[in-house]
Amino acid sequence: MGGLSASFLLLIVLLLAADLMFTSAGEFRAALVKPEIQYAFRLTLLSCTIAAILSVWVATPLGYLLSRYRFPGRSLVDTIVDIPIVLPPLVLGLSLLILFHQPFPFSNWLFPGSDWKLDSWLRDEVGFTVTYRWPAVVLAQFAVACAFAVRTMRVTFDQIDPRAEDVARTLGCTRAQAFLRVALPQSWRGMITAGTIAWARALGEFGPILVFAGATRFRTEVLSTTVFLELSVGQLDAAVAVSLLMVAMAIVVLLILRLLGAGLSA
Amino acid sequence: MIELKDVTIRAGDCLLSDLTFTVDSGRYAVVMGKTGIGKTTILESICGLRRIQSGHIVIDGVDVTKWSPADREVGYVPQDLALFPTLTVREHLAFAMKLRRRAAKEIKERVDDLAELLEITNLLERSVRKLSGGESQRVALGRALSFRPSVLLLDEPMSALDAATRETTQTMLRHLNEKTGVTVLHVTHNQSEADALGDCCVRLTKDAETGRVIMAQS
Repeated sequence: MGGLSASFLLLIVLLLAADLMFTSAGEFRAALVKPEIQYAFRLTLLSCTIAAILSVWVATPLGYLLSRYRFPGRSLVDTIVDIPIVLPPLVLGLSLLILFHQPFPFSNWLFPGSDWKLDSWLRDEVGFTVTYRWPAVVLAQFAVACAFAVRTMRVTFDQIDPRAEDVARTLGCTRAQAFLRVALPQSWRGMITAGTIAWARALGEFGPILVFAGATRFRTEVLSTTVFLELSVGQLDAAVAVSLLMVAMAIVVLLILRLLGAGLSA
Repeated sequence: MIELKDVTIRAGDCLLSDLTFTVDSGRYAVVMGKTGIGKTTILESICGLRRIQSGHIVIDGVDVTKWSPADREVGYVPQDLALFPTLTVREHLAFAMKLRRRAAKEIKERVDDLAELLEITNLLERSVRKLSGGESQRVALGRALSFRPSVLLLDEPMSALDAATRETTQTMLRHLNEKTGVTVLHVTHNQSEADALGDCCVRLTKDAETGRVIMAQS
């Protein structure tokens, strides 16, 4: 048992050590001063943060619903939430692309002859272009990250005793007030964990971004696509430097959130 | 006043049928019966947390059978107390008043009065996570009484208390009943507790032959 566990830990340490020994501080600095990588760094921070906030925002009420209520179709909702987790990443990206660029599902049945397309409507009517722009990056990250956040929030609410919410209802709360005033304040640890997991998932997302947002420099390039672009042009040093940067970002975020969690609980 | 008229409740395998009893205003009634017979189920039905299959629940002459728990204005102290772990004692006592959008001055006065009555003034700023069993019990009582309900439901409120605290709590409950005039329905399986507190008693027993729960009021 101990040997198996140690071998896994050793594998992770060796992977990081191999990356570190492959590059030097000079090469690392040279890669990071490139303007396209700095742009990708900023977009990654921004898109991951937006995707994580959106994920927690959606996952909190949905996790509560799945944890507390028994309703027709609950199993179906539960299964649908898991689909982005099990779907191959490229398939998810392709599905997003089709959803936005093909006639909207059922629009032909509801309005025969209609070829209403979501992307055209957003671009022409709302003035908000999604595909191959930064919103596509956020949406691709959100689609997967949110599924993990919902799972986390559901487990969080499963672990909170519903009796307190029952008592709150006898004191005058509606179900919504019992959620907001009693359950939600108890779930902050779960929300932090869900946000962390969503952020980390968004950071590592690659397939759906490549298909749905593309990998255009100074437009939709995030760090995961930078690694791919640098590799594809034979710049292994830069690819490794960016990979190490992503490892450092993930560690920093985990540490910040753990410190934040410890501070709040104290 | 609490009235149950031909109430039938199903909770899992437990079926309570044709329950009928009345507790007059200001009286202290005790519900007795063995563990698992359905005492808690009756309290949950009265405060609206459990649907009844048939019959009527009347509080102060008003049929509240189909009302939500929030509208019934019934104070409820469950066996596990179910305090809100993120709130202080003061916030617990003010919780129901804030929901009713009472003025800040009125809330403060009510909280101070309750704290004095329950002897928890020194605990007001403390988190409920740091309270003893007896202190938690008083906070749960204060929270249930804060909005001046005419009916108070207590589910085995002394089950987790030591002998000395139990005696003090008994005295306090009797004092609360006399001072506030609240009608109390107190669930217990302790005969000495029932003798010390109850003006009247509702006893639940299971018929050995039919398995039906039989109710007798004395």
